[in-house]
Amino acid sequence: MTLTEKAAPPMKQPPSLPAMHTVKLTVNGTETELQLAPWTSLLDALREYMHLTGTKKGCDHGQCGACTVLVNGKRINACLTLAIMQDGNEITTIEGLSQKDADGKDGLHPIQQAFMDHDAFQCGYCTPGQICSAVGMMNEGHVKTADDIRELMSGNICRCGAYTNIVDAIQSVMNPQPDAA
Amino acid sequence: MNSFAYTRADGVTHAVAERADESTAAFIAGGTNLIDLMKENVARPTRLIDINRLPLTTITDTENGGLRLGALVTNADTAYDDKVAKNYPLLAEAILAGASAQLRNMATDGGNLMQRTRCYYFYDLATPCNKREPGSGCSAINGYNRIHAILGTGSPTGDVQCIATHPSDMCVALAALEATVQVTGPDGDRTIPFAEFHRLPGDTPQIDNTLEAGELITAIDLPANGFSKNYAYLKLRDRASYAFALVSVAAALEMEGETIVDARIALGGVAHKPWRRPEVEAMLHGKSASNDVFQTVADAMLDGAQGYGHNTFKLELAKRAIVRALAQAAKLN
Ligand SMILES: Cc1cc2nc3c(=O)[nH]c(=O)nc-3n(C[C@H](O)[C@H](O)[C@H](O)COP(=O)(O)OP(=O)(O)OC[C@H]3O[C@@H](n4cnc5c(N)ncnc54)[C@H](O)[C@@H]3O)c2cc1C
Ligand code: SF4
Ligand code: FES
Ligand code: FES
Repeated sequence: MTLTEKAAPPMKQPPSLPAMHTVKLTVNGTETELQLAPWTSLLDALREYMHLTGTKKGCDHGQCGACTVLVNGKRINACLTLAIMQDGNEITTIEGLSQKDADGKDGLHPIQQAFMDHDAFQCGYCTPGQICSAVGMMNEGHVKTADDIRELMSGNICRCGAYTNIVDAIQSVMNPQPDAA
Repeated sequence: MNSFAYTRADGVTHAVAERADESTAAFIAGGTNLIDLMKENVARPTRLIDINRLPLTTITDTENGGLRLGALVTNADTAYDDKVAKNYPLLAEAILAGASAQLRNMATDGGNLMQRTRCYYFYDLATPCNKREPGSGCSAINGYNRIHAILGTGSPTGDVQCIATHPSDMCVALAALEATVQVTGPDGDRTIPFAEFHRLPGDTPQIDNTLEAGELITAIDLPANGFSKNYAYLKLRDRASYAFALVSVAAALEMEGETIVDARIALGGVAHKPWRRPEVEAMLHGKSASNDVFQTVADAMLDGAQGYGHNTFKLELAKRAIVRALAQAAKLN
């Protein structure tokens, strides 16, 4: 047997560049059109293609919540969805949460302000995800007690352990009933 | 992630036809399991068929008084649906015990049934795994197997092939409720009873369930009886939330006064499928609820169970969990 006979057969077709797809997203109120490979996660689309780096990548596997954004008002993990699957949807990231006040000036979302007032972060890496998640939780309307806040925020891990102040901050905005004794 | 092509299906027929044309393509719904596995190169579909625009997103009444959950209804919308919460609280609680709020907003009911094991070796391409690569061996049997199965691990040849568990919470409740799975495929529609949907590993651990290649789940049907008076879903795990079950129990009782007239017990975290033993459940018929009776039943549910070292604690844990879940369902003490 010669060396050439032993070598792997040449590929029938040379590898080709991926087909790019047009993806339309409304991000923080602005309609955007991107050309993306199908495997681009929503998280990578936001960070690498739209340079909205407020949304963080912690684990990239749905295990930490750092990438939490709102899609049509609902909180999801941007790392476990493809941008192309969100075509046509409205995305809100931490950059889009601030609201206009009575004078038309940009003001912080009440949850953002509460995080500052309650010192609800240390390194701050989990914070954009925590805040988007809290806003999503308010939209969902299932919180009755502070225990509900702990359970329904469990998808956001804080490596610094700022949990007590995070719950305090959210509680100050949502005013749930006190926990049962 | 490997290179793949993408198709957005605009209807059930389209989705099934696309899949029939390309055997290495995969449906994608919420993406929370498939994208994870694709990032690890455990799943390598050549094409994703996005089924999110299919009209399978509603919860409707069935003719026989039950509910039909469309395959694309999210886990969150299912758990918080008024009828599910009222008539099937066991299912609602099981769903809400799983994953996180963000994941439940993405995860679909069909995808939940199809999620694959969380066995660490299954995820780790550097280690042998009979489920990922048939015939390569099982790294868990003599490895770290804290989260692994204690029941139903036998195989016809005698050599245990795989001790993975099915990780779903929702499926444990669906097993107890005796739901049915509605599927459609190249050869038409069929209905799969829940007990026959997932399977034991035997000699073919690479096959998780009895869905045929190319078949699409369209809905999950709940029978009329939701056991909404006497039920409990008990999930035991390493942290209070956002962790898979080490052991979970779905208990559902039909009671006349103190007397049990019908009983369902399904276990999660202990086998390759939600674990039921109807003959053991029948031992409860006509009995009045007591911890002694429940203890006998718990022992019988675990009959033949085998630990593999790190997971041997599950034998006792499962028994105690069964007793506690039944006591909660019966509203003892
Ligand atoms: C960090 C983390 C923690 C989790 N914790 C829990 C937990 O505690 N308890 C729990 O139960 N689950 C848990 N999950 C798992 C989660 O519930 C599943 O990933 C989810 O239900 C899968 O649904 P999906 O729609 O996202 O599926 P996808 O990822 O879209 O699909 C999964 C599989 O199902 C197939 N599929 C999807 N829809 C259909 C259909 N209609 N017909 C045929 N095939 C289909 C796909 O081809 C794929 O193979 C967790 C997940 C993560 C990432
Ligand atoms: S238990 Fe199953 S999934 Fe895990 S390594 Fe063994 S064969 Fe693979
Ligand atoms: S980066 Fe998405 S959950 Fe961790
Ligand atoms: S503030 Fe550091 S991870 Fe939460």
